[in-house]
Amino acid sequence: MLQQTRHDMVQYLRPNGWLTDEGKKVWGGLSREQKLDLYRWMVKVRLFDRRAVILQRQGRIGTYAPLEGQEAAQVGSALALGREDWIFPSYREHGVSMIAGMPLAHILLYWMGRVEGNTAPEGVRVLPPYVPIATQMPQAMGAAWASKLKRESSLAIAYFGDGATSEGDFHEACNFAGVFQLPVLFFCQNNQYAISVPFSRQSATSTVAEKGQAYGIPSVRVDGNDVLAVYHVTAEAAERARNGGGATLIEAVTYRQGSHTTADDATRYRDPEEVRIWVEERDPVDRCRRLLEREGLLSEEYIASWEECCKKEIQEAVDAAERAKAPPPTHLFNHVFETLPPSLLRQREELVRKEGGPDGSENPDPRHP
Amino acid sequence: MAVKTLIQGIHDGMREALRQDLRVVVLGEDVGKNGGVFRATEGLWQEFGEERVMDTPLAEAGIVGAAIGMAVNGLRPIAEIQFMGFIYPAFEQIVTHAARLRTRTQGQHPASLVIRAPYGGGIRAPELHSDSTESLFVHIPGLKVVVPSTPADAKGLLLAAVKDPDPVIYLEPMQIYRSVKGEVPDGWHEVPLGKARVLREGEDVTLITWGAMVPLAEKCAQAWAGRGISCEVIDVRSLYPLDEETIIASVKKTGRVVIVHEAPKTAGLGAELTALINEQAFLWLEAPITRVTGFDVPVPMFALENAFRPDQERVDRAISYVTSF
Repeated sequence: MLQQTRHDMVQYLRPNGWLTDEGKKVWGGLSREQKLDLYRWMVKVRLFDRRAVILQRQGRIGTYAPLEGQEAAQVGSALALGREDWIFPSYREHGVSMIAGMPLAHILLYWMGRVEGNTAPEGVRVLPPYVPIATQMPQAMGAAWASKLKRESSLAIAYFGDGATSEGDFHEACNFAGVFQLPVLFFCQNNQYAISVPFSRQSATSTVAEKGQAYGIPSVRVDGNDVLAVYHVTAEAAERARNGGGATLIEAVTYRQGSHTTADDATRYRDPEEVRIWVEERDPVDRCRRLLEREGLLSEEYIASWEECCKKEIQEAVDAAERAKAPPPTHLFNHVFETLPPSLLRQREELVRKEGGPDGSENPDPRHP
Repeated sequence: MAVKTLIQGIHDGMREALRQDLRVVVLGEDVGKNGGVFRATEGLWQEFGEERVMDTPLAEAGIVGAAIGMAVNGLRPIAEIQFMGFIYPAFEQIVTHAARLRTRTQGQHPASLVIRAPYGGGIRAPELHSDSTESLFVHIPGLKVVVPSTPADAKGLLLAAVKDPDPVIYLEPMQIYRSVKGEVPDGWHEVPLGKARVLREGEDVTLITWGAMVPLAEKCAQAWAGRGISCEVIDVRSLYPLDEETIIASVKKTGRVVIVHEAPKTAGLGAELTALINEQAFLWLEAPITRVTGFDVPVPMFALENAFRPDQERVDRAISYVTSF
């Protein structure tokens, strides 16, 4: 158990693919399937992400927020959670969402501008992406508070970036969580940039983790490209939360290898040498692959067949999303309130007249506008 | 039934909700041991304990954000914002999330919660405590907004709001917290959202108002009755959804309308009511719809609040105008 804030960065798996001494112990405690899962999920997430960028370039989905480079932070943390835990994501957490059980087709539908992409299957406790920065944090704190009041073992986790730490909601959520000892994890993927603004311009402290001290919550800084360390520190924080130990602020130090979104051009504000170092020397998937290969758990054939398997699943999701019948325009009104007030019913009728019937098939009265 | 003040009606509503529904929690600044700065939660912390009635840190976005998260995870929170003038840090949580979580999740997470806030002037409160910005919330799809003006409605609207599956902004006219008294039904008592209250029937002029302006409208109506003009007074009480039926029926009967609200004029709810009447009862109108409102100036410090707020003289002038048009 982590008893105090660690400002030195926890790292178990070095960029060169070798484990630290502490890492060897943690790694040794994992089953073969757990080890492979860390890698398999990262590959699936990366392939999904790359395909989504292509889909955007082809005009088949709208603006998309790529996550390449952050696979270890997302996969490591999400695999440390339980089915009963509440996940409050930002808009870049496709990896977290799919591990929690969000169908890939839903994730694509979201980026196709379809509200159905926000809906989670029964029993999947993933909220829709939170777009205004840090606003998910007080809500995750509130969900955790409810778990505590109901004496349930579920916790809540809020995902956010380094830019979010400048927002008031970050401060308020951390503060409440400290005061009430709430079972919430604040998981910051410090990917170094909030669109174009570097972390040095967000914060006068050199780490996110040290901010936790101000709220009386333990915090930990972890190599966010080290899937093993991320998994382990998140699991520890989750265990502490479930045992009444309260919140943890986790800073996963990582790097957004691509642009902020497909509408952004990161070459305008980042040094190519900096990007090269992160991509070529610190990549999260490569280092995990090296470890597994050395341990004899991965072969070239296995990698190829797993990638094929992922691509097939992703293709099926693309097909399903593109096939998914769009709801009729009147769907606009379906979930504004549980019961529509008369004024909204009239507005709905106005749309029906324009569209020509509830199913859009024919206009019942063309004289009306 | 006992005679109580408006704030006792609010208190009774919360107490009943806490008693009857174990999912209900009350949270906010000073709502616990202190019983609220206006004593709306007096004794609730002592009766229900600190896990049902919770003092929070001083952070409005945190309070409302927490309430939304609690609602997602199965509770029915009643969040108190100490004064409406302090609600703006929570505006994003309300507008971006509480109002549209149901739509965004296609009904999976309806954000069933109540946000209470005292509003309006008339009590010589310190600067920036007297805002009346209900229109900001009425304008946002996905929110319901109610304002009680009687002790029975205070309880009834609160319990209806707690039971309602959608987020409800419950605004409390603090000027009449203690000056208005009336009988309050015992036990679980609901006043349906979306229904106005006709507190006085009349034939010549319809006075439409809500909150602390209701007693003013009533007083004006009484005075005009002595001059042979009968005013119908409607307490809108549910600002969204509006009870269009009651309002339009009254306008069709009287043909003359005066709308009284404390909020500034431009884009105030009076403008929406005017448009509604134009759309649905234009041919029945005998005079231009007339508004008596706060002026389009920042809500003043209390030395000038009486100059800012509608008073009997301005309402009289409006009634005189519509009846002599």
